[in-house]
Amino acid sequence: MSERLKISLNVNNDTHACEIDARMTLADCLREKLDLTGTHLGCEHGVCGACTVLADGVSIRSCLIFAVQAQGMKITTVEGLAKDGELSPLQEAFHDNHALQCGFCTPGMLTTAEALLTENPAPTRREVESAISGNICRCTGYISIVDAIIDAAERRRQGPP
Amino acid sequence: MSKSYIGKSIRRLEDKRFLTGTGKYIDDVKLPGMASMAILRSPHAHAFITKIDMKSARAMEGVIDVFCANDLEDELPEIPLRLAPFTDFQRFLQKPLANKKVRYVGEPVAVVVAEDRYIAEDALELICLEVEPLPAIVTVQDSLKGETLIHDAAGENIGTQYSVSRGDVEAAFKGAFYTRREHFRTNRHGAVPLETRGLIAEVEPTKPLLRLHGATKVNFFNRRHLAEAFNLPESSVELIETDVGGGFGVRGELYPEDYLVPIASYRSGRPVKWIEDRRENLSATNHSRDITCEMEIAATADGNILGMRASVQGDMGAYIRTNGGVVPSKAAQFLPGPYRVPSFACDVQFLITNKTPVGTFRGPGRFEANFCRERMMDLMADDLNIDPAVLRHRNLLTPEELPYRIGELVPGDPDATLDKGDYPSALDRLLTECRYSDWIDKQDPSDGKLRSMGIACFIESSAAGPPESASITVLSTGDIEVRTGASSVGQGTETGLAQICAEYLDIEIERVEVSHGSTTLVKTGGGTFHSRNTVMAGNATRIAAKKVKEKAKELAALRWNCHPTELTYENGEVCKSPDRFTLQELATFAETRGDILSADAIFDNEKKLSYSYGAHAAQIALDITTGLVKVERYWLTEEIGRALNPAMIQGQAVGGVIQGLGGTFLDHFIYDDDGQLLTGSFADYLLPTSSELPEITAIALENFPSELNPMGFKGAGEGGIVAVAAAVGNAIARALKPYNISINELPLTPDRLREALRGAESLK
Ligand code: FES
Ligand code: FES
Repeated sequence: MSERLKISLNVNNDTHACEIDARMTLADCLREKLDLTGTHLGCEHGVCGACTVLADGVSIRSCLIFAVQAQGMKITTVEGLAKDGELSPLQEAFHDNHALQCGFCTPGMLTTAEALLTENPAPTRREVESAISGNICRCTGYISIVDAIIDAAERRRQGPP
Repeated sequence: MSKSYIGKSIRRLEDKRFLTGTGKYIDDVKLPGMASMAILRSPHAHAFITKIDMKSARAMEGVIDVFCANDLEDELPEIPLRLAPFTDFQRFLQKPLANKKVRYVGEPVAVVVAEDRYIAEDALELICLEVEPLPAIVTVQDSLKGETLIHDAAGENIGTQYSVSRGDVEAAFKGAFYTRREHFRTNRHGAVPLETRGLIAEVEPTKPLLRLHGATKVNFFNRRHLAEAFNLPESSVELIETDVGGGFGVRGELYPEDYLVPIASYRSGRPVKWIEDRRENLSATNHSRDITCEMEIAATADGNILGMRASVQGDMGAYIRTNGGVVPSKAAQFLPGPYRVPSFACDVQFLITNKTPVGTFRGPGRFEANFCRERMMDLMADDLNIDPAVLRHRNLLTPEELPYRIGELVPGDPDATLDKGDYPSALDRLLTECRYSDWIDKQDPSDGKLRSMGIACFIESSAAGPPESASITVLSTGDIEVRTGASSVGQGTETGLAQICAEYLDIEIERVEVSHGSTTLVKTGGGTFHSRNTVMAGNATRIAAKKVKEKAKELAALRWNCHPTELTYENGEVCKSPDRFTLQELATFAETRGDILSADAIFDNEKKLSYSYGAHAAQIALDITTGLVKVERYWLTEEIGRALNPAMIQGQAVGGVIQGLGGTFLDHFIYDDDGQLLTGSFADYLLPTSSELPEITAIALENFPSELNPMGFKGAGEGGIVAVAAAVGNAIARALKPYNISINELPLTPDRLREALRGAESLK
């Protein structure tokens, strides 16, 4: 068995201390230790994007890094996107555009889109398609997701920051 | 009626929890004392097991239990047939753990239960499996030869075979002006939902109770069989549905794990969780589509079809699972499609090979049949120099010819009849949408691309199987609870049923909460498959709502001391002008009388199928140098009778098209000669992504409400996928016409097309 470590993670603006095996992935740590089960696992080998979270605002695959490596980073998961129980403009746009069916890819899509919109507040369809091209969705056929992200960009530009 | 929800694109009620990460999928469920299970799967396609050494695994810290078939006192049950249960298949049923012999890569051999998943997977590595390898059968040809038997006791590798026909096909071919024969193949691929399978079993030591979380699709059927297997009364088995990350046919069937997880829980006395990893998923969950079809067509000089004959061979994999012979038998049945085919004959063979067993995947048999038939139609159009759309028009059944008896094309199935509709108008609408008559195939020298358009027609059956249940209860809080035996696999069932309930009870939809699937909710249920939820559970919900209104009137009549017929119902209230009682008041009143304001309903369509129909068109650009095809535009029409929620229907259609494009170009389970699965990760098993999205126009027609259910619905879950390979295949074949390249086999990968193009160039 691997070495036990005490770590502290900053997730959704809260500090969490936990004791884990050194080999535990960030995804497993979020899901098992912090009970943040919104981050999903679709492949556990870095291809499907379901496990995407934000690390210091950048999208990363939480199945591909160890929890210990995430110390010192500001992690945001899907649970951290809504503010005070209010859906964010991006989440609202997903809801309004029917951008989800089974919802399993949704957390990864949202976090990926969040990173995109922070970096590029007015993306073209092509840019959105390319930004989410590493996120697999088996249900929607993607088009409504692209619509939603374009719509969200618009809402963010109009609405309060 | 004042509140109107049916036919509106209501935003989905289930979204909020999915958007905030608070959905509860199976891996999100945690029970106190829960252990983790992992499965040692065969790395060999075909071999005798000589030894399984589990000593070191058992000794590992954190390991609770390790077992293989030999360790179990009770004989393991066979996984039953649910659909297309041809008798001969009994010889090829699977037991949850391999005993003596392994027959495909991925077959469960041993089970580890440990404190957590990391430990369980470590322990798998310590199990030493010794085998004596046998030759692997990886093609239907080798299977047919029978030199190596996969199931010795069966004495052959033919699962079963049969012939079906209608009309005099021999005579049709003898006199025909035109005949053509072709060989088609749809490759092995599958549903591959984004969430892998998973289960948690709980047993109660003190009383007979087996609770299985993570169930979906056909929970009442599964409960019956699990109860039998574990020697429990049905009432002691509870199947609990969680949120589900996509179904598409494969999830919720009985698999080996549905037995192994409960066994592990019984042995350890703890709740046990098993979550499939992706590598397991690609070799353990049903594959599909693997069909070859030798097909012949006979027609007049004008292209009027006189007859079709075919032989369909299905590669069934190593065992016959719950879906029995559905895929090849439906492929055969749907070969004639929406056309007037006066004579038809088909031989169907189900062959056992050393591969993962097959089951259904969205549009089972239809996707395959449409590809073969619609390619043949285009070949015939070219041979006879008739426009493909004109040729189809000549042969489509007309509204006057419907209903049309298609005969008994699946042994044991009731005689099938295509219900009323207007096939030609669905094609016409497509042709208008895609501006077919303006389109000219072209070669664009500036970007080295060939551009062309292909079309295809289809029919699709929906809403098969057992009756469905729904119950509606008005709570004293004023909330309305709908429960149904139907499951959700992520397609919006909760929203759809809430729309129906709210419309018929004339109330705000926000008050309605829908629970579904679990066997603890209703007495019986049919389940979710064959695009049946809206039709079956929807109609059951409507009946229950009507009964609730009657019951509300009866309760109000008691209060007012009058006869219920004197009362009216509107706006969620019972009225006797100027007085009124709300549903909430009546529910509270019922409670004081020890009663509840609720009603149960069952909807049974007596297994009569409603057929949706329509047409697809694809416009493609094919790069001559790379062989890469870009689908630039896509159109489809589908008659669905009546739309419950247009946005959700649009989602089904678009999702179906993209999934179909995967099946046309990418998705492929590849085996080598030793029966090793070469596509065991998402790096090798390719799925469609957002990088090459066509513009899609999906038109749901509502011109012919189904006469087989009062609400007029036809299923809408599969029309998007079923004709994609057909339309795209036709477009590509059109583009490649000058090169004389045959497009008869899926997937249409750039490699294959590039190679064919080079071959054709070198012949020039
Ligand atoms: S689970 Fe991390 S990329 Fe698929
Ligand atoms: S909504 Fe099901 S995988 Fe995207």
